[in-house]
Amino acid sequence: MISKNQDKVLVVVQLTGGNDFMNTVIPYTNGHYYNSRKKVVIKEDEMIPMDDTLAFNPNASAFKTLYDEGKLGIVQGIGYPNSNRSHFRGMDIWHTCEPDKVVNEGWLGLAVEELDPSQRNVLTGVNIGRGLPRAMAKSGVPITSIGDIEGYGVMNDAEKEQLRDRSIEAFKNIYGQAIGSGPVTEYIGKTGMDVLKGADLLADVSESYTSTIEYADNPIAKSLRDVARIHLANLGTRIFYTNHGGYDHHANEMLAHPGLLKDLTGAIADFIDDLEEHDAADNVAVLIFTEFGRRMRDNGSGTDHGSGGGAFLVGKNVKGGLYSEYPSLDPSKWEHGEDLQHTYDFRGLYSTVLEQWLGLEANPIVHGQFEQLKPFSI
Amino acid sequence: MKSDRNQIAHLMRRASFGATPEELDRLTAEKTYEEVVDDLVNPERFPYIEDNFLDRYYTHEALVGYIPKWLYRMINSQRPLEEKMTLFLHQVFPVAWGKGEHSLSLFEEIETFRKVGLADFKTMLLQLSKDPAMIFWLDNNENHKNEINENYGRELLELFSMGVGNYTEDDIKNASRAFTGWTFSQPIPLYPQGFYPARFEFHPEDHDFGPKTFLGQTGNFDGEDIIDIIVKQPATARFVCRHLYNFFVEDEPQVPSWDIEPPKDENLVNALSEIFLNSDGDMRAVLKSLFNSDSFKTSINRKKVKSPTELVVGVLRQTGEYREVKPGLESYLETLTSMGQSLLNPPTVEGWHTGHEWIDSGTLSERVNFAETEFDDVNKPGIKEIVKRAGSLDDDPSALVDRCLDLLGGIVVSDTTHSELVAYTKHLEENRSESVDISDVLKMIVSTVDYQFA
Repeated sequence: MISKNQDKVLVVVQLTGGNDFMNTVIPYTNGHYYNSRKKVVIKEDEMIPMDDTLAFNPNASAFKTLYDEGKLGIVQGIGYPNSNRSHFRGMDIWHTCEPDKVVNEGWLGLAVEELDPSQRNVLTGVNIGRGLPRAMAKSGVPITSIGDIEGYGVMNDAEKEQLRDRSIEAFKNIYGQAIGSGPVTEYIGKTGMDVLKGADLLADVSESYTSTIEYADNPIAKSLRDVARIHLANLGTRIFYTNHGGYDHHANEMLAHPGLLKDLTGAIADFIDDLEEHDAADNVAVLIFTEFGRRMRDNGSGTDHGSGGGAFLVGKNVKGGLYSEYPSLDPSKWEHGEDLQHTYDFRGLYSTVLEQWLGLEANPIVHGQFEQLKPFSI
Repeated sequence: MKSDRNQIAHLMRRASFGATPEELDRLTAEKTYEEVVDDLVNPERFPYIEDNFLDRYYTHEALVGYIPKWLYRMINSQRPLEEKMTLFLHQVFPVAWGKGEHSLSLFEEIETFRKVGLADFKTMLLQLSKDPAMIFWLDNNENHKNEINENYGRELLELFSMGVGNYTEDDIKNASRAFTGWTFSQPIPLYPQGFYPARFEFHPEDHDFGPKTFLGQTGNFDGEDIIDIIVKQPATARFVCRHLYNFFVEDEPQVPSWDIEPPKDENLVNALSEIFLNSDGDMRAVLKSLFNSDSFKTSINRKKVKSPTELVVGVLRQTGEYREVKPGLESYLETLTSMGQSLLNPPTVEGWHTGHEWIDSGTLSERVNFAETEFDDVNKPGIKEIVKRAGSLDDDPSALVDRCLDLLGGIVVSDTTHSELVAYTKHLEENRSESVDISDVLKMIVSTVDYQFA
């Protein structure tokens, strides 16, 4: 019997577009790397070695620090059989754990349903961003999507502040009294009340937060700061989701990729520091994933869609180190003659996180039994 | 008055994207209800907005150029049912940009939908089967003479015409064989010429000319023969008419359950199916009967949640901000996406789940905040007209609310909502300040639970 741990928190960061894992965690002593990557290659004297075979991208120095502190786990070669090269389909598969059919239920939507079956808290699952990722979609499970904490809710017209309370009261009366008016109206009424509940809970988040950490001014830093603020307000959120876009580097990768890695790794390090400063890091683990890795050979300017990427786990109670195996760079082992083969199924990592971190039964959520890792120290 | 204002308002909320006050005045003064329906199903009586006019502002090889152009048509076309049917077909025959990432072919598909939306169903299915975006989306270009790919054949039967439970796996195989060799020319490469849409091609050397048995009939069928058989099936008539009911009248359960759950209005769907079968699937005839039926006329309280596109277009029609061609419409792509309907990027081959599944706390707050914000600026031409005609904050609050509801397209609200709106308006009247005006009443109306319904 798996017990439900009520405290652990999971933060999922989606790198949208297909991060070039090979230029993030670089197999720098392997000749095949240099043979395949003629232009989109990191110079050996600039990269940051972590051991005899792998080095971090120079812009991921914040990850090197986390790695040295034993807080960063690198899941190498993550993917699934017959990796799909479409961003949308690929992302769907990661969101739903269904490689062969298209469904509307996401793995985290199902997890939120298990964590809070009676829907006591509309903030059990929180997405930082607009719109709902399919990973968090599950019909009937309320997920709060927050584009902007300060503006969350309805009737937030700042110009007419004196009207705001009366407007919210009217909204509450209209949505709250939709009972007895048919199932759909009732459902929309309840959803409207959920929005107000969420807004009430979030109202004090920005005032109660203080920190010495100064996050950088970029989208992922802003999102992770929002995660930190909500986590530190103790509102009972168990699963956070956010997205960092722009990784689809078919062209000019050497110009664009470094900045993204710098923003991402810096924001993750600041986030962990922020939680530690508030003594709130023990129960938080971050999972960073992307829909696929990129092609072995570059195209002269960037890299095309491939497979066999990498994921990361970060946290105070994550056992740092390398997990699974780096895919073979030997051309005779390439999938379709041009891609890295995956060495570890992503559904195993999901199962690991669901069972060992969140205390949920993984099988019904990931639809099967997959090999798990042992990446947590508690 | 030649027709009833509430009935015309209802008709225009469903067959169009909602009526403006001017439209309601004009239609009710000049035409009977039946005449309005007749105009709707005969769009060629009204001018078409020429592409070269729109291309001044909305032209780009990417979705960000085409979708604003499409939105402009939905907002301003004098042929609203043509636009409604284009959207309908995109929802029923959904193709997503994300697979092929070939924008121009997808844009051509929408243009085709606009042309065939009120044709007969055979023409629709034939155009669909020859549409390069659809062929690529469902892999018919990989459907070969001696190596069939069933993807298109299956979805043609399951999602586009008959619905599950009305054919066998063998029917799928034989239909798929009939569509072998239906493929497209490869588009000219992106550089340096720019994009060109792909074109349909029939490759006889890759077509299976052998005999096939489909739905009990045997012959050397090709794709067109298969479609001929499909459109004569009562199951097709029922499936299509139920789709029309779901789109224009009332939310049905999601499509995959249709073989188990009966239609909400069995009589109407049966009556429409009969017209479909007797008219060879003539959409004009079916839609005309639909809108003229007593069932439809009295269906004002049947619930149909507006799709994000219907909501956004409806609001923009009312505010009048985009009566002229100008930049800005591209910003609504993100609005639509955040509400769960990324046009030209449906989530699956099933399209979007509709009805109450449009609504969750994220999309609902997006919907409310969008509508409320759009009504912020009283200088937008549509809002200016509404405010001018609504009266003043000196008026009886109940009468003022009624006039606002009428001017916003003859909106129907529950008694509870009505009394809350009156109480709110009364508060506005008693707490007057410089910044409070009638647009605040409008903003509250478009924020209601009732406004989420068409």
